[in-house]
Amino acid sequence: MAESAQSTTGDDERIKQISPLRQALIRPELGGMVGTVAVFTFFLLFAFDSGMFNSQGVLNWSIVSAQFMIIAVGACLLMIAGEFDLSVGSMIGFAGMMIAIFSVTMSWPVWMAIIVTFVLCVSIGALNGFIVVRTGLPSFIVTLAFLFILRGFTIFLPQTIERKTIIGGIKDTAEGDWLASVFGGKIGQGFFTWLGDAGIIATFERGTREGQPVVDGIPMLIIWAIGLIIFGHVLLTKTKFGNWIFAAGGDAEAARNSGVPVNKVKILMFMFTAFCATVFATCQVMEFGSAGADRGLLKEFEAIIAVVIGGALLTGGYGSVLGAALGALIFGVVQQGLFFAGVESSLFRVFLGVILLGAVILNTYIRRIITGER
Amino acid sequence: MTEDSKFHHGDADQKEPIIRMVNIEKHFGSVIALAGVSFDLRPGECHCLLGDNGAGKSTFIKTMSGVHKPTAGEIFFENRPMHFEDPRDAISAGIATVHQHLAMIPLMSVSRNFFMGNEPTRKVAGINFFDKKQADEITMEEMRKMGINLRGPDQAVGTLSGGERQTVAIARAVHFGAKILILDEPTSALGVRQTSNVLATIDKVRSQGVGVVFISHNVRHALAVGDRFTVLNRGKTLGTAKRGEITPEELQDLMAGGQEMAQLEGSLGGTV
Repeated sequence: MAESAQSTTGDDERIKQISPLRQALIRPELGGMVGTVAVFTFFLLFAFDSGMFNSQGVLNWSIVSAQFMIIAVGACLLMIAGEFDLSVGSMIGFAGMMIAIFSVTMSWPVWMAIIVTFVLCVSIGALNGFIVVRTGLPSFIVTLAFLFILRGFTIFLPQTIERKTIIGGIKDTAEGDWLASVFGGKIGQGFFTWLGDAGIIATFERGTREGQPVVDGIPMLIIWAIGLIIFGHVLLTKTKFGNWIFAAGGDAEAARNSGVPVNKVKILMFMFTAFCATVFATCQVMEFGSAGADRGLLKEFEAIIAVVIGGALLTGGYGSVLGAALGALIFGVVQQGLFFAGVESSLFRVFLGVILLGAVILNTYIRRIITGER
Repeated sequence: MTEDSKFHHGDADQKEPIIRMVNIEKHFGSVIALAGVSFDLRPGECHCLLGDNGAGKSTFIKTMSGVHKPTAGEIFFENRPMHFEDPRDAISAGIATVHQHLAMIPLMSVSRNFFMGNEPTRKVAGINFFDKKQADEITMEEMRKMGINLRGPDQAVGTLSGGERQTVAIARAVHFGAKILILDEPTSALGVRQTSNVLATIDKVRSQGVGVVFISHNVRHALAVGDRFTVLNRGKTLGTAKRGEITPEELQDLMAGGQEMAQLEGSLGGTV
């Protein structure tokens, strides 16, 4: 069989040989990889002494990046399936507020508040998807409507019930709750204490926490981010359903002709995006101990930017979860790195814009090579 | 034209028809789209369905592929009366339609396109994973059979030519057990070389015993590969001719509905 393959490939003089290096480089994540290397090189050169790369600094930008990653995974799969969700930011605010209202105002156990909120938000995601699929309207418009609807409720509900827009006191009610610790806890404390005792990472030198390591564990937020990336990547590239996601976004009509349940795929991806937004919200509420009506503002765009830096095509059918994760990493490192480097924070936007443009131009070029578009 | 064709043609008329459609009528409200069309297809033959725009070709093949239900008339599939409720019924019975533009997704690789909707799976730790290795191997094998040289199974369909895309779609339909392959104007947007590739593919598929319904309004393409020719005009069958019994001019006249075309062709010097 190897022989026949050779003889037939030798037949067509028009198929150019592509060098293995070029072939290895041509992948959707290349823009994200180049961006990541560029960003780390930049900050290693200009902010190495600022504490950005000691254990505390690494934890700092890792947490910010992990936040972006959680919503980017959902946005990435949805974008590959050919749709947008602009209601992600409002969903984050809404989910956090519902957890606070259920657990603090209504005094439900926190685990129940979290589960009910997940069910509610994923149902709203399904409703988003159902409306898009049924009406054939652009998801841009439908989810823009939900951006306002959900944000409106997020402000209205706490004002009506509690006469304020921030509900606090969740930390106390969540104390010892088994499900709350899945979102707000830390793991690996023993390992970090050992690292501190062994002198590998810094320990507090005075105060009540004297002798304890400055980083006392990996927050569950980061575990969720890594878990969701692995799940999203495996789902997209290694399963039958992943093929359907590509097909649904690439050409919904052709996919339907081949028997792909396009509507089901799209609705499920809207639900997954809502799930990711709710994970983000739950982690945030457990970390801060409060829910605010302005949480998650503009997060939908940050998610979309991370996904686009990661090589996904805005019109669907093409992209990579690993790329989106790198996009989120770039986002987080730049945002925190500029702070460490002591750069005026308004320059964050300039820097981000430059990276966005650079990555997208590179990605367009790569995609043309892969797909033969002109 | 008919004698020097490079394709061999089987003795299809000895076999029992796979599908027989008798006096099919289809009305859309007050419009009579099909007014009694009869058609049959035997395994291993290429039956060309010719007709000008609006002749009812599309309505007819949609009836065959289960998209429309006939208003009157009968369909026999492998000698049994058949009623298709929807296209999925027709697909599972073995009737595959290859649409010109709605077949392939350019951004996806050939092997992902090939198995779209029919992905092979492999169980690892109780979870079903897409068996990419198997998919790639089968795709490369099938493409080799059809004479397409792929750089690799990961090559995107967008890098293939229009004719190659049609060929991938046809190979896919045959691989998944199509007994009847309906090709809806597969050559209408293709160049000369690409057209000959698609016609060669039809020939390969036919020799595997698949019945091909080839819809076209190009008489040359039809005559190059067809075994029988049925001409539709204004929702009616104008008759079925066997290969060698009809000249291109006669077919052209039938499609155009007779006289006017003959006159026009005379004044243009027979180049239509």
